[in-house]
Order: sequence, then structure tokens, then C-alpha cells
Amino acid sequence: MSLFNIFDIAGSGLSAQSLRLNLTASNLANMQNVAGSPEDVYRARHPIFRAGGSSFQEEMTGRGVEVLGIVESTVPPVQRFDPGHPEANEDGLVYATTVNPMEEMANMISASRSYQSNLEVINTSKELLLRTLSLGQ
Amino acid sequence: MDPIFGIHESAMLVRARRMDLLARNLANADTPGFKARDMDFTQELDRLASGTSRLTTTHERHLRSPRGASADDQLKYRVPHQPSQDGNTVETDLEQARFAENAVAYQTTILFLNGRIGTLRTAITGGR
Repeated sequence: MSLFNIFDIAGSGLSAQSLRLNLTASNLANMQNVAGSPEDVYRARHPIFRAGGSSFQEEMTGRGVEVLGIVESTVPPVQRFDPGHPEANEDGLVYATTVNPMEEMANMISASRSYQSNLEVINTSKELLLRTLSLGQ
Repeated sequence: MDPIFGIHESAMLVRARRMDLLARNLANADTPGFKARDMDFTQELDRLASGTSRLTTTHERHLRSPRGASADDQLKYRVPHQPSQDGNTVETDLEQARFAENAVAYQTTILFLNGRIGTLRTAITGGR
């Protein structure tokens, strides 16, 4: 029954968007982090989405969206001279993260809108399924 | 085709199938390269109602199609009004509007079916 399938599809959308929202929260929370070496710096994380169902069979039934993985930003960290900082290395340098707050805010809005529309899909399908169940009563 | 429920039985199936498709589009609203798809409702209904969607078997050992014929080969790709850089052709607001329209149509079908059942019930009980 296709209406039950919708719960899987919209559910995958919900989990993908909430992961994206989580990563945005993590990026924003770590925006001010500094580290003593470029390797230890927090890097902005973003999810990679892919249309679900790679096989032919799955393609027919449709599996919604899946998260392929999480990638870290490759933007080089900003180097700052701050010898008084407890994290500073022997040259007095600290490395700051390059999380872009504007990008993160835009991502957050987009994720929450998409989450809402998936939720709306679930609610509508639930309503319709219940009505179908009560046919003839 | 069952004459009691007429076209509404097929209509319900096609509506449910379209809802599935639109949900898939909405779930992939942020997937790069995803192409939104939709179906031609009338054409799909004709196919289902005329019974041509099912693979006909003329021998007992022929393979049967599991859930009627899949309608996926008849699906159309959406032409976006505003194409996006990442190749995604889902326009969330339009998809939502279509989803709502489809949900209302589904409810209408339920209404028709309920009316039909009511009629039958009246006939069975003799109006008492």
C-alpha cells in the first residue's frame, strides 16, 4: 500500500534534515573555537544527501533521501598571533575555525523549512489513512 | 473492474501513488542533482481502469507482476521554473501545493466511496 510507504519516505527526510540541523548547531556552537595547531581546529561539518534507492528495485518503490556521509570543510583555518592565549604554540600563534555564520544560518532556515514540509506530508498521509480505514462507518 | 465502486477504486490507487511520488520529491528537496517527478493522472487512471497496466499471463508459469504493473516507466520529469545550481529540480512550494491538491482529491474519492457504501447499505437494509 503506497500510503504506508510515504511514512518511510517522509521519515527519511525528517531524519536527514534533523541531522543537518544538528550539524548546523554544532558548527555554530564551535564558531569561536581556537586551537594550537591547524590539525586540531574544528572544521565546519556538512551532510551529503543522496536520493534513496540505488538499486533498480528500490528505485521503483522509492526510499526517500539518504545521508551519504558528513564532510568537513577544507577551508584553511585562520592563523592569529595571540601569545597570551593558553592554547598558543611556541610561536605565539593560534588557529581559529572558519565556520561561516551566514552560511550556517541559511542552512538552518532551509533545514527547518524542509523538516516542516516533511512533517506536513506525514500528517496529511496519516489523516488520509485514518479516513480510509473508517470507510463505510 | 468491480462495478460497485466504479472508477473510484482505481482513482484512489492512482491518488495514493501520486502522493507517494510527491512525498519523494519533498523528501529530496535538498538533494543535489535530484530530478522531481510526477505522473499524468488522467493517463494513469485510464491505464488502470482499462486494465492494461497489468501484465497479462496466458500460461500458468508466466511471471506475474507483483503489484499491477509499475507505473514508473510512465513518470514524467518536472520542468523547473527556476532551475537551481546543484541540478535539483524540486520546487518545494509548488510540490506542497500539488500535495495538498492531491490530498483533497483523495478525500473526495473517499467521500464518493462512502456515498456508494451508504447507498448499498440502504439497499441491503431496505431503508430501515
